Amino acid sequence: MAATAQEIAAAIAAGQRRAVDVLDEHLAAIGARDGELHAFNLVTTEHARADAEAVDRGERPGPLAGVPVALKDNLCTRGIPTTCSSRILEGWRPPYDATVVTRLRDAGAVLVGKTNLDEFAMGSSTENSAFGATRNPHDVTRVPGGSSGGSAAAVAAGFAPVALGSDTGGSIRQPAALCGVVGVKPTYGAVSRYGLIAFASSLDQIGPFTTTVADAALVLEVIAGHDPMDSTSIDGPAPSLLEVLDHGVDGLRVGVVRELLGEGIAPDVRARTEAAAEALAAAGAKVDEASVPAAIYGLSAYYLIAPSEASSNLARYDGVRYGLRVDAANTAEMNTATRTAGFGPEVKRRIMLGTYALSSGYYDAYYGKAQRVRTLIIRDFQAAYEQFDVLLSPTSPTTAFELGAKTADPLSMYMNDVCTIPSNLSGDPAMSVPYGAGADGLPVGVQVMAPALGEPVMFRVAAALERSLA
Amino acid sequence: MSEGMRNGWELVVGLEVHCELATQTKIFCGCRNVFGAPPNTNICPVCLGLPGSLPVLNEEAVHLAMRLGMALGCSVEPSIFHRKNYFYPDMPKDYQVSQYDQPINVDGSIELADGSVVGIERAHLEEDTGKSTHVGGGGRINEAERSLVDYNRAGVPLVEIVSRPDITSAEQAKAYVNELRAILLATGASDAKMEEGSMRVDANVSVRRRGEPLGTRCEIKNLNSVRSLVRAIEYEAERQIDVLQAGERIVQETRHWDEAGGRTRPGRSKEEAEDYRYFPEPDLVPVEPDDAWRQRVRDELPLLPAARRARLATAVPATAGVALVVERGLDDLVLDAIAAGGDPGRLLTHAEHNVLEAGALTAESFAALSRMEVDGALTATQAKTVLAELVLTGGDPAAIAATHGFEALDESYLATTLDAIIAENPEAFEKLKAGDGKVIGFFTGQVMKATQGKADGKRVAALLQEKAKS
Repeated sequence: MAATAQEIAAAIAAGQRRAVDVLDEHLAAIGARDGELHAFNLVTTEHARADAEAVDRGERPGPLAGVPVALKDNLCTRGIPTTCSSRILEGWRPPYDATVVTRLRDAGAVLVGKTNLDEFAMGSSTENSAFGATRNPHDVTRVPGGSSGGSAAAVAAGFAPVALGSDTGGSIRQPAALCGVVGVKPTYGAVSRYGLIAFASSLDQIGPFTTTVADAALVLEVIAGHDPMDSTSIDGPAPSLLEVLDHGVDGLRVGVVRELLGEGIAPDVRARTEAAAEALAAAGAKVDEASVPAAIYGLSAYYLIAPSEASSNLARYDGVRYGLRVDAANTAEMNTATRTAGFGPEVKRRIMLGTYALSSGYYDAYYGKAQRVRTLIIRDFQAAYEQFDVLLSPTSPTTAFELGAKTADPLSMYMNDVCTIPSNLSGDPAMSVPYGAGADGLPVGVQVMAPALGEPVMFRVAAALERSLA
Repeated sequence: MSEGMRNGWELVVGLEVHCELATQTKIFCGCRNVFGAPPNTNICPVCLGLPGSLPVLNEEAVHLAMRLGMALGCSVEPSIFHRKNYFYPDMPKDYQVSQYDQPINVDGSIELADGSVVGIERAHLEEDTGKSTHVGGGGRINEAERSLVDYNRAGVPLVEIVSRPDITSAEQAKAYVNELRAILLATGASDAKMEEGSMRVDANVSVRRRGEPLGTRCEIKNLNSVRSLVRAIEYEAERQIDVLQAGERIVQETRHWDEAGGRTRPGRSKEEAEDYRYFPEPDLVPVEPDDAWRQRVRDELPLLPAARRARLATAVPATAGVALVVERGLDDLVLDAIAAGGDPGRLLTHAEHNVLEAGALTAESFAALSRMEVDGALTATQAKTVLAELVLTGGDPAAIAATHGFEALDESYLATTLDAIIAENPEAFEKLKAGDGKVIGFFTGQVMKATQGKADGKRVAALLQEKAKS
């Protein structure tokens, strides 16, 4: 396995390695295999080299000095194309950096490129990219999951020890599970969304992909914390996570969520989840069955709330100010022609769903009702967290599926997110930890969920699971 | 009731007034809020609605909105923002962030100068749009050869003040707008310039037969002055009465005022079918001003025009000039002059007719002038001349009067002069005796001529009346 972010940062800080050599090693890996995998939309070789050289001159000290990092291509990077894997933004160069990008740069990270995603983060396989699908490094006939499939594949393939993704309904955790890496969706508001191109604003959250739990903790400590540019940012410092990783789970109450272990979960995935629960019990945790009854309605509520917000968030791609413009006789026709040509079918489907759900006369029955379900889910989680410190479930119902297997049936694709969506709706943190392989030999991820701002206890449990496999 | 209203018909008007708040910066970003800058020079990723940007609410905008709300007697409520979704090129996000069913200010009223009261339904916060210029094709968006957009105004904070349909004449609508403008200026909430667009008025107009329920209304837009407002309401009322008297029905629609043609014209009916798909803005948090903040705003409230009118009215013998004197901001001067021993009646009359602005006039000299007049040391005409000089250069009224050679005429000299003139004009004097008051002016003129303007016109009139009766 390639070096971790901690190992790279330590070696560079100690003068044992040069950042440019580390970069070259990763660029070589990308060059050797990304033609096949297509994890990247863009590799920013020149920028990265300049940044690495500055690290080697001692100009960019920090906890991630010299560590290569890949960014999902929906995070704004100043002067560097940011596409959301959509034709409608092709060629657009943001005039500003996302807050997470600034924080990574300030921590000394070397940004190696922009990774592929389902268009505007809408999808669970990265097949909805306008620039072609990403493939799973463990089996190139399989999908890497999505929507942050490029970031998950980049870390799994050793192209970068760290990548950032965004998670609206599971878009970090599900690809992390399918690619066998760690993926974290922090508490809503823990990481600034400023510069993350919005899909569904009340659900979107940025988080890291890494190969180890400790690396995820390191990155989250860098990117989390209050940002005055995001009104929904939590007012407080980033949590201290690295220092709690070895605190163990003795006495922690772990609940295995009954509703997320039933129908639709593949037997091998269920078996790995149960194995994880047993490992935690063996490490001293009190493991029991938990219930979050409203969780089963999460998927339905999500597919009204997320498209509703998306229909509004994506209105600005109208051909007037930036990105694609398809000329027509007048402004209204230009808007229509641009959006018809610029958006792919899944994005159009969700814009239509959301527009309908918000329409006068339907609002209460759809968007309003979905918000009430959301309230129920929040309440059920709160009740569960009175009895448990963390909750456990599979991350994804299955291991990685074959390319094309679910593209014809959007509903079966949506089912991929059944275990991950509830934490987006509640705003609570959740992460996926690799926990062995399924019957097909492909990675399985286990999801650890915690109450809002419960990242420390969530990371303790994740670290314990990681240790139990060692 | 407008003079022009036909028998048996009543006019019902409600006004929606948009005011730009006089903040330093825009409502959701740090761009400057100024009028008249070169196009697209006060813009940033946030007010341009660039992908990934997020709004952060300007505290000063909330503060000014609260101050205005309190000045309008509104209840200041916890509030939230919604998105109003529709496509228009000068709206960068293709939605407007506005307040919908939970506005910041509700349930107030404005007392007009004539003592009538107009209810205020709400005064809510929202963002302004950019400004479009359509070139060619008659200046309309969908026929234009090209359209230019200036986004400097996009994101300027607005308060929309919605009156109840309590206005019953065009003149009352005018008085309402003038009073609201005075309140906006007094509170410093807005510079309220209709000609620069920082105050914009739309009128909802309907008519009904006396005693019947409210009729169908039309919303009149494009009113660029108070004069246009009055003309448009009068035209629209007549138009609606014509339609109804012809046995037809009023169609609820937006109509545009055509200043040159002196008429309202229907807007595009398509606009009426617009469904704005309002939903709560997920990028902003609720506005919940605490008691300390509310108290701070309350403490800052200046004395408002209605209270100033009431204050002045109790100090002077007549009410006729009170409103005008307050509108000119001369009420403090008059009150101070009264306190300095001036004559309330003379001071009010001068402030109403002979002083446009205070200039160098002090309360002490104003008071002294009024006393000289009452004591008979100056005639009204002489006082006016002295007053004009006091406003221009200041100084001592007695000294100014002396330099002009002003001295009140001896009563017996005046009587002798008058007797001589009566003797020369016996027919005119007979007319006066017969009760024809018009000849008083003639006699006064003759006396003035004989005394080089030093006579007091009022005293002449009084003497004449005495002589006519005897």
